[in-house]
Amino acid sequence: MKIHEYQAKDLLRAAGVPVLAGRVAATPEEAAAAFTALGTPVCAVKAQIHAGGRGKGQVPGSGQRGVELAKSSADAARIAKGLLGNSLVTAQTGPEGHVVRQVFVESGCGIDRELYCAVLVDRRAGSPVLIASTAGGMDIEEVAARTPELILSEPFDPDRGLAGWQARLLASRLGLPTASWRHAESFFRRLCAAFVALDASLLEINPLVLTKDGALVALDAKMTFDDNALFRHKDVAALRDADEEEPAETRAAAAGLSYVKLNGTIGCLVNGAGLAMSTMDLVKYHGGEPANFLDVGGGADVNQVTEAFRIILSDKHVKAILVNIFGGIMRCTTIANALIEASKTVGFTVPLVVRLEGTEVEEGKKILAASGTTIITADGLTDAARKVVAAAKA
Amino acid sequence: MSILVNKDTRVICQGVTGKVGEFHTRGCLDYGTRMVGGVTPGKGGETVAGLPVFNTVAEARDATGANATMIFVPPAFAADAILEAVGAGIELVIAITEGIPVLDMARVLPVVKDSASRLVGPNCPGVITPGQCKIGIMPGYIHTPGHVGVMSRSGTLTYEAVWQLTQLGHGQSTCVGLGGDPLVGSSFTDILALFQADPGTHSILMMGEIGGSAEEEAADFVKRHVTKPVAAFIAGRTAPPGKRMGHAGAIISGGKGTAEAKLAALRDAGIEIAESPADMGAAMVRAIERRT
Repeated sequence: MKIHEYQAKDLLRAAGVPVLAGRVAATPEEAAAAFTALGTPVCAVKAQIHAGGRGKGQVPGSGQRGVELAKSSADAARIAKGLLGNSLVTAQTGPEGHVVRQVFVESGCGIDRELYCAVLVDRRAGSPVLIASTAGGMDIEEVAARTPELILSEPFDPDRGLAGWQARLLASRLGLPTASWRHAESFFRRLCAAFVALDASLLEINPLVLTKDGALVALDAKMTFDDNALFRHKDVAALRDADEEEPAETRAAAAGLSYVKLNGTIGCLVNGAGLAMSTMDLVKYHGGEPANFLDVGGGADVNQVTEAFRIILSDKHVKAILVNIFGGIMRCTTIANALIEASKTVGFTVPLVVRLEGTEVEEGKKILAASGTTIITADGLTDAARKVVAAAKA
Repeated sequence: MSILVNKDTRVICQGVTGKVGEFHTRGCLDYGTRMVGGVTPGKGGETVAGLPVFNTVAEARDATGANATMIFVPPAFAADAILEAVGAGIELVIAITEGIPVLDMARVLPVVKDSASRLVGPNCPGVITPGQCKIGIMPGYIHTPGHVGVMSRSGTLTYEAVWQLTQLGHGQSTCVGLGGDPLVGSSFTDILALFQADPGTHSILMMGEIGGSAEEEAADFVKRHVTKPVAAFIAGRTAPPGKRMGHAGAIISGGKGTAEAKLAALRDAGIEIAESPADMGAAMVRAIERRT
């Protein structure tokens, strides 16, 4: 789960990680009032969307940038007006962009230099790791690819946290003045502690700023949480912004389905994540474009299958649907009955190709054949893919 | 021959009194697995599927001589269940549970590493040596005893591959589900080493997916240490970056974990690639024939 920058900064502030004063605003008037209340000569007005690259992103037409400095309350209101209610297109949003519903007005600070740091779980080390680099404010992926030696990393035990010496080692390697080391030690250790305490999956500070008076401040904050741990963080779960999420994906999650919308024309309904991904690959391999990833899970019932079809059909680009089920624990007869039941309630407007394999497959095929529905059955993966691609192009 | 489990493996189920735990315990019993008991704290003394239930893993081990456990404990308590099994000295710990917080696993893995136990999973279908022992949720009947070692990060995709192998007349020595989470107990590399050392395994089929770098590490290991024919499939070639594809581990982030990078590494190691999921069994056959 992702949250907004201003929410991440609230969490960091509560964890003792230095952030600048700021206020969230949903109207130009609120933005102007925030500027006045903050009382600094310059404020940054920042679009709040769940995507990075805001500084370089812009609103199509007006060219309004996603982050702009304001020197007066009128200035803040003007920038907020240019952003609120409009779509901001960044390198990470796709061409449609995200609609800006809130802006964050943040006081300025004197910047000596910009750094980068992030906390995430390193699969190879099997532990959380703090990553830091002198290449702040830049696209860190590019830095990692071109100059990996500029990326420093310190793994740490979740319960012991980052050791003081690890923080000092990073401070030294980042070339921070010794007078700032105690700030760095506090900043890094608290950041790592917050990551663990909140069960985050990513906590990225880009840029991390060394101020002119030698302190460290998180100028931006991007935070993602481990969905599997949200059960023990009700306060974090409450920060979810449904407006930032694909409605069909939210709806699927509520039904216990795993759905990701894609841009093709062939809807896919599969059991198991690996097989669902492979089914998308298969469709593409045979010249089609998958419209979605959808895993109904191992124990899907009639209601879930029906909801799955509704979600797939809510995408108007879908021209045909491929059902690919390898019945293991789930019997093919169960899925066949669910398909017929769902086809009665949902009312298919596009061709449906079904490939069943596994437990009780013969009985399942008989049920489909006897149902009188227009379901197209397929033998094997390749046959299924060819049939659905042909159906989508017809 | 086989790896990890065989007809002598004595298995308990942690979470045996839950609906899912009981269902799959029965499935394993039906397959012929030597299930010897179950564990649910506070339910010691009860009987499930004809098996004695114990309050703790240590008591279950002492009473039954169990050397393997299958864990169905709910996600919030599963990390503790794994640690309990390791603490009781169970040699093989197979965690089926899906949805364990990743930092819980970060706490568990160092303990497992410092012990004599091996962990497979979590979020995996389990391990099966066809005709001898099934520990997990896979449908037993699709498997046939034979000499292909199978390992995968995904459940139903493994069933698909095993089914293709069986239909092509190639049985399996052992099939290992590694699990779809970012942090798991056993990697492709760990299992490759076991398959390479097992005289009953003549060739190896692996199913990877986008995310992480486990496939690249496996390719490197194959290059240096594996003399048996290897074939591979990577799921998620068409998956867009930044989107989690069902499995918590299946996500392309920071330009890392792409299918292209994995396929290139596998090809470079001389591994036969299945271009489509319909081609997994056939790719294994091609890899075997290339050597003969």
